[in-house]
Amino acid sequence: MLRLPKFELCTPTTLAHAVALLAESPDALIVAGGTDLVPNMKHELFTPSRVVSLAQVSELRGIRRGADGSLAIGAMTSLAEVAASALVRAQAPALAQACSLVAGPQLRTMGTLGGNVLLDTRCQWYNQTYFWRQALGFCMKKDGEVCHVVKGGKNCVAAASNDSAPALMTLGATLEFASLRGRRAIAIDDFWVADGICNKRVERDEVLVSVHVPKAPEGHRGAYGKLRDRGSIDFPLLGVAVRLDLDAQGAVEHADVVVTALAAQPKRIAKLDAVLHGQRPGSSDFEVAVAEAAALAHRQCKPLPNIPGDAEYRRDMVPVYVKRTLLAAARGEGPVHHV
Amino acid sequence: MGEYQLEINGDSHDVSAPDHWTLLEVLRYRLGLTGSKQGCDKGDCGACTVLVDGQPVLACLTLARASEGRAITTIEGLMPAHLRAGGTGADPLQQAFDRCGALQCGFCQSGMILSARALLERCPRPSREDMRDALSGNLCRCTGYTQIFEAIESAVAEKLHLQPNLRSWEAQRAAQEPSR
Ligand SMILES: Cc1cc2nc3c(=O)[nH]c(=O)nc-3n(C[C@H](O)[C@H](O)[C@H](O)COP(=O)(O)OP(=O)(O)OC[C@H]3O[C@@H](n4cnc5c(N)ncnc54)[C@H](O)[C@@H]3O)c2cc1C
Ligand code: SF4
Ligand code: FES
Ligand code: FES
Repeated sequence: MLRLPKFELCTPTTLAHAVALLAESPDALIVAGGTDLVPNMKHELFTPSRVVSLAQVSELRGIRRGADGSLAIGAMTSLAEVAASALVRAQAPALAQACSLVAGPQLRTMGTLGGNVLLDTRCQWYNQTYFWRQALGFCMKKDGEVCHVVKGGKNCVAAASNDSAPALMTLGATLEFASLRGRRAIAIDDFWVADGICNKRVERDEVLVSVHVPKAPEGHRGAYGKLRDRGSIDFPLLGVAVRLDLDAQGAVEHADVVVTALAAQPKRIAKLDAVLHGQRPGSSDFEVAVAEAAALAHRQCKPLPNIPGDAEYRRDMVPVYVKRTLLAAARGEGPVHHV
Repeated sequence: MGEYQLEINGDSHDVSAPDHWTLLEVLRYRLGLTGSKQGCDKGDCGACTVLVDGQPVLACLTLARASEGRAITTIEGLMPAHLRAGGTGADPLQQAFDRCGALQCGFCQSGMILSARALLERCPRPSREDMRDALSGNLCRCTGYTQIFEAIESAVAEKLHLQPNLRSWEAQRAAQEPSR
């Protein structure tokens, strides 16, 4: 039995009220679906005196297409809705696929896109009960000073584990926040920092309002690949989001691959566009280029033993998943996932 | 301490519980509805599954007071709902679980049945694949799942008057299917 620490729960019905309630109390935290924050509070990783639930704020829910063809997805839209949305599946297939592979069905009904973007980083030394953490020695992310993953390390390297993040990066998404100080928008590429303690540029009192996905070109293809222990419920051991934009002749005009669950922030594979540019899916040259892209990813990724799953195995799976996910995207298929 | 109302199994319940209590705690320790099980208590196992507005969710991660105004269904509500709808005995899924031996210790059973009930509401003729997906957030440490799938098939067969010859299930289902 895991009890929650005591807190006051506020259930505002408007964004304005939510923002005011957050500003009023210096340690108030936001809860959306609660599927990350509630277990974390049960583990005494967070002990706020006030929790502000966004569950009743209906203005934060829903998926809309703008006049320019872009998508605005309310932060409180459930992962199940995002995964099932015809609009998202058509315009942002990698995002729909990533959301469809988060956790299990109950958690996708409860969990929101906003909560997924803002998911806390994960580490096997951190996502444990207070009793367990105390017995093994605290670490610098919570209650202690050292890192158990990198001995003598100065930085926390807990893993970014949110499946939506790499997909949103390949899609060039923007996040819109609201607080008493007003509104601000930030490109998701600029949102992450390489610090596992908090890997995002966000203030405690800022509410994520919506996620904007710009209109993709006609020949856009996307896919998501995910490695995990149990195909039904687990967090990623590795996540791979792929974007391929094909020109009118069917050749790759733009390619992008972002991997996650390796380090504190998702990682874009560098120099990949140059390898795939101009290649035509289906041709043997394309297959060669895909193999080259996979090798490039392998060289650039060095996972640490931060989350369960052998780090060398996760590294070996990087080229396998990059290759399979690129091929799936080229065929307009995906996700890449074992059952 | 909060005083609020929850709508559970069609009835309105006055609840008096601290704000930090989960829906599972309120169900079990305030209202005596112990059919929802407390397994891992952190979202891994599905033993605490209840339906909120018809969708399976995990009561152990749901803050009780945030569920105000939603229609909550627990395992205790299935049989009364079935009787109200003119049926006899327990919910057909409960009967099928019994008939097919779809449980050993039974700890996962209420969650399994609620996930299966929600599946049948949205998809009256599920394939094995649909069942596997729908129950993928419910762990069973005993049965190996086979009899659970067979129980769902048996309940569907009963409802649709298919032959309960489980081996030819897919063929029968396909024959009945207009277009899918
Ligand atoms: C067993 C299990 C398996 C899981 N597997 C996966 C997985 O495979 N992949 C994955 O990505 N996740 C997984 N999760 C985590 C989680 O279910 C999802 O990431 C989910 O999307 C989180 O959303 P939520 O609405 O429940 O977030 P919450 O728990 O409500 O919030 C998460 C964080 O975001 C903040 N927050 C939420 N909404 C806002 C907002 N609008 N503005 C500002 N801050 C906000 C909260 O303060 C909190 O810090 C798993 C969880 C469990 C329990
Ligand atoms: S990476 Fe190190 S500091 Fe960070 S949570 Fe893990 S053990 Fe703690
Ligand atoms: S008790 Fe809720 S998921 Fe295990
Ligand atoms: S019957 Fe024992 S856990 Fe399923």
